[in-house]
Amino acid sequence: MTAFVAQRLLATIPVLVMVALFVFLMLRLTPGDPAAIIAGDNATPVQIEEIRERLGLNDPLPTQLAIWAGKLLQGDLGESFFFKKKVTELILQRVEPTLALATTTMIITLLVAIPLGVLAAYRQGGWLDRTVMGFSVAGFSVPVFVLGYLLIYVFAVELKWFPVQGYKSISAGLWPFLHRLILPSLTLSVIYIALIARITRASVIDVLGEDYIRTAKAKGLTNRTVLVKHALRNAAVPIVTIVGIGIALLIGGVVVTESVYNIPGLGRLTVDAVLGRDYPTIQAVILVFSFVYVLINLVIDLSYTLLDPRIRY
Amino acid sequence: MNWGRSFARSLLAAAAAVPMLAGLMTATPAAAETTLRVVMHSDLKIVDPIWTTAYITRNHGYMIYDTLFAMDEKLNVTPQMVDTWKVSDDKLTYTFTLRDGLKWHDGAPVTAEDCIASVKRWGSKDSMGQKLMSFVAEMKAVDDKTFTMQLKEPYGLVLLSLAKPSSNVPFMMPKRVAETPAGEQISDYVGSGPFVFQKDEWKPGDKTVYTKFADYKPRSEPGSWAAGGKVAKVDRVEWISMPDHQTAVNALVAGEIDVLEAPPHDLLPILEGAEEVALLNTNPLGNQYMFRMNWLHPPFDNQKVRQAAIAALSQEPFLQAVIGNPAYYKVCPAMFVCDTPFAFTEGGDAMVKSDFEKSKALLKEAGYDGTPVVLMHSTDLAVLANLAPVAADLLRKGGFTVDMQSMDWQTLVSRRAKKEKPSEGGWNAFLTSWVAADILNPISAAGYNTGCDKAWFGWPCDEKMEQLRNAFATETDEAKQKDLAKQIQVRAMEIGTHAHAGQWYQPTAVRKDKVEGMLNGPAPFFWNISRIDG
Repeated sequence: MTAFVAQRLLATIPVLVMVALFVFLMLRLTPGDPAAIIAGDNATPVQIEEIRERLGLNDPLPTQLAIWAGKLLQGDLGESFFFKKKVTELILQRVEPTLALATTTMIITLLVAIPLGVLAAYRQGGWLDRTVMGFSVAGFSVPVFVLGYLLIYVFAVELKWFPVQGYKSISAGLWPFLHRLILPSLTLSVIYIALIARITRASVIDVLGEDYIRTAKAKGLTNRTVLVKHALRNAAVPIVTIVGIGIALLIGGVVVTESVYNIPGLGRLTVDAVLGRDYPTIQAVILVFSFVYVLINLVIDLSYTLLDPRIRY
Repeated sequence: MNWGRSFARSLLAAAAAVPMLAGLMTATPAAAETTLRVVMHSDLKIVDPIWTTAYITRNHGYMIYDTLFAMDEKLNVTPQMVDTWKVSDDKLTYTFTLRDGLKWHDGAPVTAEDCIASVKRWGSKDSMGQKLMSFVAEMKAVDDKTFTMQLKEPYGLVLLSLAKPSSNVPFMMPKRVAETPAGEQISDYVGSGPFVFQKDEWKPGDKTVYTKFADYKPRSEPGSWAAGGKVAKVDRVEWISMPDHQTAVNALVAGEIDVLEAPPHDLLPILEGAEEVALLNTNPLGNQYMFRMNWLHPPFDNQKVRQAAIAALSQEPFLQAVIGNPAYYKVCPAMFVCDTPFAFTEGGDAMVKSDFEKSKALLKEAGYDGTPVVLMHSTDLAVLANLAPVAADLLRKGGFTVDMQSMDWQTLVSRRAKKEKPSEGGWNAFLTSWVAADILNPISAAGYNTGCDKAWFGWPCDEKMEQLRNAFATETDEAKQKDLAKQIQVRAMEIGTHAHAGQWYQPTAVRKDKVEGMLNGPAPFFWNISRIDG
């Protein structure tokens, strides 16, 4: 197991190198000039050229790459072209809101999706099953921003139960923190509830047809025990896989939600950096995201060994 | 399956309980200090107002810095940090004396040396500043509060330059900061303006915080545009970054913010219907659209073809397509903006109505061979997005072949700097917008610079125009200056530097039940505003 983990961690190095190279080249080969954006709309060509020179954008690509790679090896992700701040500082400022949004979303998702999926499977063909499946289709179909605006209009503008926008750190108190996270988390969780409830239902239905379930029922076990201890546990591997993928997708999925609810997280940092062609920030954020993706995949793979004793590395 | 039903009931009950709990606990404690929460037109990214011409950075500059002179709402230049000033009879020596009691945010007094260094830094970067500095032989401190500016020859725009109201504004900085090379961003944000920048609370993409500068000494005159008394009446101003317009409008309606600087025109009906919201036209001169042509490549390397384009275009279709509501736009023949000292109709009236027959005749005369006009179309900014399709339609009606290429604004500003042929990544035309305060005279307005390589994008080249601009700059008689400005407008239309595609206004939305006293100006000013809701 230790060898497996070490091997997987080592494998992240070539992945990150490839990602770094790809992002570096892609940014410089696509249209857009950070110097022109920094200089502002009224700047003259001479002013733009001065800024290009100052930022080192006139250097040959291999030189720019060598400078960036050299700093990266020393743990320096560089300085934003715009903010005159270290990219590491910018990322650290934005981690908490994104992490908070992703965590509350996954908690809501798991608390709702798995019981709904299990119940739908148990009541296959019944009204609950049809309702859950109907919700699932709707959850996939409604764009996140539409749902976001709808919830804002009803619960924030009309009923005034929640604020329209913003984020408060947990250090400001648990309720202010949760008060601003409930609507965005609900908005974002709908699509994941739809996804995970559907997979849970399908997995549990598969397992419910197995002989050992019939045996368990024949032994006189209660429905709850049969469902939770036998069916759900055996259906867990595909569910955990989809939850893991869901967490990974969340990193990208928060972008729209962060914009609609004005949450200053990593998603918005990425979008702002892309729009501003802030090369150091884009490169750093994508590297961090890649590393997180790799880690999540590793954790999912390791969790299989806990859920299914037959799986060993 | 009773447990299943009871679980479902519990779930529903819990879902119902959350909003009830939220409703009970929505109230938040009132803040002890008065805070103004504002959503600006964009997030503050760069904090050096000399390094960039971005309007958000100019607005930041107005918060924390002050200027030697300023322009009032009648467009008169009045002293601001300066107490008294005089000019010698030969008009070669200006002497400026600063007001008593001016301090930097770190407590040090503002000195003449600080101001000299600041004017030099601004003058090395800004186009109007560069023009001024080309006439300056020397600047010298006489004492702590007095300095002189010695000119090589009389220059008619000394005070107008020092009172320049829009990017780049000649803001005063401490000498140690102003000695930063103009090509490098400053990292010390000490100013002497009415608000102090709270660097530690600045979170790019989240919020920018300013607090009242207790030691600021406002002038005794009432505030008027950028001039007069800058009295900070709130303790704290927060610029909250909110890139989504709909969210910002919702936040204003819900009372979570107090001011929304630039709501998009398509969302104005929502705000017009909100009882607590007032829409203020705080910049009565507004903005002006510009159709810019590239002189380097066919077909716009030919004067007759440029004249044909101007004949085909007219302002109303642009304004209707983007702004829509006539309350927020004006068809204006004046290139230097309507209702200003240099507002003339001569030559500029060609933009009031399209003349497609004239356009076609001019193209025939020019021997236009159907070379497509590569027209860059910015798609992501609401106030620009519909301009290029309108231009393409009008040009086609006038006999042009048009290749409209869509891109985001940031790509456009990068591409417009390219001098290559349109087929190799260059361009023929694009549309943009100027804040009126930037284009009130032919020196500050970049579009009239016809200095070839030194000109603004499009690189027009015309010796006669440069002679007229120089004559305007050195002329000290107001009547003669006006005449020269008129000649420049006529010449600009004749050679086709650009076409002025209409004047439009951007209202600012404020909570009228919470704040009052917002001044008019070329930029949003946050002095003089007070909270009325306690």
